[in-house]
Amino acid sequence: MTAMATGTGTRAAGPSFLQTFVSRHGSMMPTFAAVAILLVLFVGAEIFLRGDFITPRNISALLLDNAYLLVLAVGMTFVILTGGIDLSVGSVMAFSGILGARLLAEGTPAFVAVPAMLLGGAAIGLMIGILVQYFNVQPFIASLAGLFLGRGLAYVVSLSSIKVEEPGILWLQSTRIRLGDWYITPTGLIALGAVAIAAFVLHLTRFGRTIYAIGGSEQSARLMGLRTARAKVMAYVISGLCGGLAGLVLTAYSGAGYPRNGIGTELDAIAAVVIGGTILTGGRGYVIGSMIGVFVYGTIKTIISFMGAEQSWMQIIVGALLLLFIVVQRAIVARSEGRR
Amino acid sequence: MPADNEVPPIVEMRGITIRFPGVLALDDVDFTLRPGEVHSLMGENGAGKSTLIKALTGVYAIDSGTIRVAGEQRTFHSASDAQEAGISTVYQEVNLCGNLTVAENVMLGHEPRKGGGIDWRATQREAARHMESLGLAIDPRSMLASHSIAIQQLVAIIRAMVLEAKVLILDEPTSSLDRGEVEQLFDVIRDLRSQGVAILFVSHFLDQVYEISDRITVLRNGALVGEHPVEELPRDALVTKMIGRELEDLATLEKSSHRAIDRTGAPVVRAEGLGRRGVLEPADLDVYEGEVVGIAGLLGSGRTELVRLLYGADRPDAGRLEVRGAPAKVHSPRHAIDHRIAFSSENRREEGVVADLTVAENIVLGMQARQGWMRKVPRKDQDAVVAEYIEALGVRPANPHALVGNLSGGNQQKVLLARWLATAPELLILDEPTRGIDVGAKADIQKKVSELSSQGLSVIFISSELEEVLRLAQRVAVMRDRRKIGELDSTQVDLDGLIDYIANAGEGSAA
Repeated sequence: MTAMATGTGTRAAGPSFLQTFVSRHGSMMPTFAAVAILLVLFVGAEIFLRGDFITPRNISALLLDNAYLLVLAVGMTFVILTGGIDLSVGSVMAFSGILGARLLAEGTPAFVAVPAMLLGGAAIGLMIGILVQYFNVQPFIASLAGLFLGRGLAYVVSLSSIKVEEPGILWLQSTRIRLGDWYITPTGLIALGAVAIAAFVLHLTRFGRTIYAIGGSEQSARLMGLRTARAKVMAYVISGLCGGLAGLVLTAYSGAGYPRNGIGTELDAIAAVVIGGTILTGGRGYVIGSMIGVFVYGTIKTIISFMGAEQSWMQIIVGALLLLFIVVQRAIVARSEGRR
Repeated sequence: MPADNEVPPIVEMRGITIRFPGVLALDDVDFTLRPGEVHSLMGENGAGKSTLIKALTGVYAIDSGTIRVAGEQRTFHSASDAQEAGISTVYQEVNLCGNLTVAENVMLGHEPRKGGGIDWRATQREAARHMESLGLAIDPRSMLASHSIAIQQLVAIIRAMVLEAKVLILDEPTSSLDRGEVEQLFDVIRDLRSQGVAILFVSHFLDQVYEISDRITVLRNGALVGEHPVEELPRDALVTKMIGRELEDLATLEKSSHRAIDRTGAPVVRAEGLGRRGVLEPADLDVYEGEVVGIAGLLGSGRTELVRLLYGADRPDAGRLEVRGAPAKVHSPRHAIDHRIAFSSENRREEGVVADLTVAENIVLGMQARQGWMRKVPRKDQDAVVAEYIEALGVRPANPHALVGNLSGGNQQKVLLARWLATAPELLILDEPTRGIDVGAKADIQKKVSELSSQGLSVIFISSELEEVLRLAQRVAVMRDRRKIGELDSTQVDLDGLIDYIANAGEGSAA
């Protein structure tokens, strides 16, 4: 009963700043941990590579090379926050990319082809969302169906790579907006824009808060009168839309659409989101964290290629990090439940 | 101040009927709720209280009947429909989101907005204002999950006020609150009543019902028994109406606590210095054959923790266990079952019954697990056992094929008890077996425990209702602050003595 005694009424002594901070922002801890890991990686690589790592060029390239993954991770964050999962995004990205490349190759103007890419992604997301919400299919299974569907559609569009020559699309990648040695491409801006919009939606709109509420307790959210069905379907639509957008970014980046793109990329996106501090059971996490997660992921990849080590090390390190983060998350969740 | 009959009702339900597969949950029930009254809905478990509430709040569709709110006929399809019509519900299991802040839980879906986004400052200010008006002084920006259930319940009520609820439904709000918290809740209820809010109150605690209600509606087996102003319905009349037969007063129920226990042989289970760091300080406990040992103490005092260590549900890091005089390792529930120890958790929904299986399947589960999965219990034996326990414990509906999820709490508890009894245990651990269940079911369960122990079954009985503990147990172990502070002979102590012991014994000195 000790817990109850302190529960009611005004607190006798004011809580310390630290206590208040923890009670308010406990759920940010995993994201702080991700930032810490990113810093450790940067500093470690800098020391190891004797000052050759933290250069404006490398950091700029980090965003550029991982822009498509960042876009996917943004969409994935919505889905994981509801407690779901979306395995389809890698295939959706491939489908969107090859669809766009083919439309452009056949002379369709970019202002038609690009919306078609985005809508294609959103449509697959909508299908998954409806399966999950109204047919009560496990998100894992529904999005697995989406994975096969997207990949199959990509092969239907074309079995081989299609080069993109549309200048508007190539401009997205070739333009370098420079600031000293730093630079950013329109694809990078698209990715950062996606992060900014997602952050706004998740934190400053009722729809965004409903996403968090669903992750906390879907039944409670429904009983609180929130529009959970719509929000849950929308989470998958957003993820599909981001898949379509990532297809655009990747097509611009690689200058071609290819139906075998993004095999397994959905897992990279999930890994980035989890490393960024979003909890797989939903309700806690930040889209900014997912961005950090993508940077952690990208940095590991860069370090490994700098070292000339086997790419398999990439997978081992990411696997270890994931394990570490899941354990950290469990500990945090257990603690916050234990405090009650 | 009871509302008089002249005030036009805010809610009028007429001829409500709801059928579930195999169960007529509500049969032509009328219910009227007036502004500014506290109206208690009473009935045994399975009488249809929850169903009626869910019909009113749009969770269940009604098969026939009409619902009028403020004179207007309504059909609600969801909880949000009902909320928009001014009907808010606070459930026993608080339905809020623990991952969000207190302020957000209060305001969710109604946050003030500015420039296309939620205005968090205004949201927090607004939440703080509502919290203040009901006297809740906690940090609105703290996480909801960091507060006690009592606080969370108040937050849920404050949320209802933000929605400008004209009808507030409180479904078993007091079952996990202590006395002081109940008082705080009642102050809030009285405050709301004086503002003209109609309050529908459901509780199993008769004292509380009589303390707070203006009017009582009684249901039995899905049908309306009657509606009465509280002053015209004495308690015994209420109980008689609820159970439909003269209650053998619980006080006259055979007291098993006076039965003499032979403590000369080895105890069925002996725990020596059993503990776990941060969970429970090392404690000793003996249970002899045919003995009922009560564990008393406040919620969170370590009662559940002790039996979980005993059962192997949590792993002890200190102490040892003997079963019938021989040292035993009980490191998992599997070992406990091998030693014929059965544990019925206080958390019957999550750790007890399997809601998607039938009554029969749930009962057979334990038996089958004991026998090993490869050797199926013959169908005929299954049916016989199931029929026997449904009969012996009075499970309602007496239909072995009804889904347990559709049964009321008391009946789920009976099914759970049946499951463990079917495994023929030598020690039965019951953690809060009677919480949240009605008088009739309570009496049934107590009677069964008393009867079984007189046939040689050893029982550890945990309950917040101390009368119950004193009536059943020969010995009472008292817990406080995750420590066993002593043991009492229940023939030597009365209720006040026990309460005093829980509150004051061993103060200042380690027991």
